[in-house]
Amino acid sequence: MNGTVLNSENLSVGYGKKVVVSGLEFEVGRGEILTVIGPNGAGKSTILKSIAAQLPVISGSVNISGTPVSGMSAQDIAKNVSVCLTERITAERMTCEDIVSTGRYPYTGRLGLLSDDDRRIVREAMELTGTVYLADTDIRHISDGQRQTVMLARAIAQQPEVLLLDEPTSFLDINNKLKLLNTLKELARSRNIAVVQTLHELDLAQRFSDKILCIKDGRADRTGTPEEVFSGDYISRLYGIDSGSFLTAFGTAEARKITGEPEVFVIGGGGSAVDTYRRLQRQGIPFAAGIIHENDIEYPVASSLAAELVTEKAFEPVSDESVHKAIDIMRKCSEVICCLKEFGSMNMGNKKLLDDYTSRMKNKQ
Amino acid sequence: MSRKRAIRWTLCYAVLVMLAAVFFVLELVTGSAKLSVSEVLNALTGNGSSTSASTIVRNIRLPRALAAALLGGALSVSGFLLQSFFSNPIAGPYVLGISSGAKLTVALSMMLTMKYGILLNSAEMVGAAFVGSMLSMGAILLLSGRVKNMAQLIIAGVMIGYICSALTELAVTFADDANIVNLHNWSMGSFSGIDMDNVKVIAVIVLAASAAAFMLSKPMGAYQLGESYAKNMGVDLKLFRAALILLSSILSACVTAFAGPVSFVGIAVPHLVKTAFGTAKPIIIIPASFIGGAVFCLVCDLIARMLFAPVELSISTVTAVFGAPVVIMAMLSRRSQKGSA
Repeated sequence: MNGTVLNSENLSVGYGKKVVVSGLEFEVGRGEILTVIGPNGAGKSTILKSIAAQLPVISGSVNISGTPVSGMSAQDIAKNVSVCLTERITAERMTCEDIVSTGRYPYTGRLGLLSDDDRRIVREAMELTGTVYLADTDIRHISDGQRQTVMLARAIAQQPEVLLLDEPTSFLDINNKLKLLNTLKELARSRNIAVVQTLHELDLAQRFSDKILCIKDGRADRTGTPEEVFSGDYISRLYGIDSGSFLTAFGTAEARKITGEPEVFVIGGGGSAVDTYRRLQRQGIPFAAGIIHENDIEYPVASSLAAELVTEKAFEPVSDESVHKAIDIMRKCSEVICCLKEFGSMNMGNKKLLDDYTSRMKNKQ
Repeated sequence: MSRKRAIRWTLCYAVLVMLAAVFFVLELVTGSAKLSVSEVLNALTGNGSSTSASTIVRNIRLPRALAAALLGGALSVSGFLLQSFFSNPIAGPYVLGISSGAKLTVALSMMLTMKYGILLNSAEMVGAAFVGSMLSMGAILLLSGRVKNMAQLIIAGVMIGYICSALTELAVTFADDANIVNLHNWSMGSFSGIDMDNVKVIAVIVLAASAAAFMLSKPMGAYQLGESYAKNMGVDLKLFRAALILLSSILSACVTAFAGPVSFVGIAVPHLVKTAFGTAKPIIIIPASFIGGAVFCLVCDLIARMLFAPVELSISTVTAVFGAPVVIMAMLSRRSQKGSA
């Protein structure tokens, strides 16, 4: 994007003298979204608070358009940085419009009276976020999703260069999560705001960030585009995932694999057996699966959950070698489930598997 | 929609001012000596033919009415400041033990000085009360760092109030007989016995502190969203908090110094005013609370004087009867909102 709005130089943040994260270097340009991810307690919120100058930085600096924040007056900071927090608002008798109006605080006079200009800007912020219909509703009487959007409108009314959001999607349902992040993205682009947010939802971080900053063990473990961060088993290592596995391509997690001698053999492919894998995992039954192409959509799930997995190279017909290997495992299993209804020419190996099983069953009878 | 609100606010203000005027006049005309409105007017303008009426109005009823109005206003504003500070709609100078702290120090200083034949002047009384207010406030602030729950904070405040009241009783028990009557009347709370000189001191302190509170409307509005948001908007939290504490203590100290502890006004009036105005915006509610407090205390004083005349009730007896149910209402309305959220 064009021009850096927010950057940090060798930034160390923490409480008092206790350093929580050190050596931070990041840059956020106009209209860009930087998402901070990392395990609980890594210091994500501490970073946000330090950028907002709510916590004094321990060393290094945060700059907005080249000016160090530490040298700015409280009012200048307020005009440049606005925040959107997860804190529940307990204010009595405040309408959503009142709440959004508080965004104009740094711009109003001694008594905080709104000018016509201020009112117009408040209206605009509410229109941009689609919250006009809530204008006269008490902030305590709306849903979590609506409240978060109203708080976003408030932050926008502050006309900041930098917008900071601490877990904006917590407590929201999936549709509201998507809505909020879409609105955020549009706002960042249309208003040229640099956005920094923390997220726990990795799938959303992957899809709604321009850059991702990964915090672990008191430092920036990795910084880059979502493609750079969501690669290989990096996320698993970042979070030290040991109770399941992370499917990088989808940004989702699978439960822990049931290990042991396979009791069931699942013939799958093309996504047909995903539900079956998960059901068997849930029931605690170790299973084998095959024969799955390495580029099959269900390959990541199968390799996360199957105790044994027979695979085939991508775009190759299923080889006899794989078929024999699979039959060996299948014959030891007490049950076979075939999730496939059709077998294409590349997948005839799986048909052979099924045929082997059905003929065995017939012989038994 | 904002026009609808403007109309509502204007109407509410008009009603409040009218009520204040009506009860102020009633306070002047009613009493053991019944006076007509014209007699009162004559007494005030100095054209009075009847000198006794003139004396009654100018020396007794007018200062009393003014004191009730000003101190009522002070209590309500003090309550509203404390509610903002603690983000707690049932915080007030009385329930947090701040009035009782002031009562204790005033009683002690009165007794000590009387022993040496010195009578405290108004400013010294306020000073003594302020010291007591700040002591109780200090205790509450120390405790508030430890208790996160607002109900616990209130209980702590009530307990501090009990301790201070017990100590006051203890001191009174050992006081000279001559002092007891004096102290006893005062420590029950009453607007009687306030003269015009007292009123001048009251007016200066209360009006200045209330005006200063009004000037804090903007950061108070920001603070209602919570500390982090307030800080993000550029509020200097330390300075702002110190100002809230100082102003609310001065206001409640002034009340206690002249009228003794007056219960529940600080919670009931802001709650009623917020409900009537349908907002909690400080810039609207601070002046409205002031006028509302004046009305409330004028009404309560009228009742205290007239209900069992010639026997006078203590002012707290009456404010408690009307105020305490409102406090319960405030508590319930808060709970139901929490439940629905």
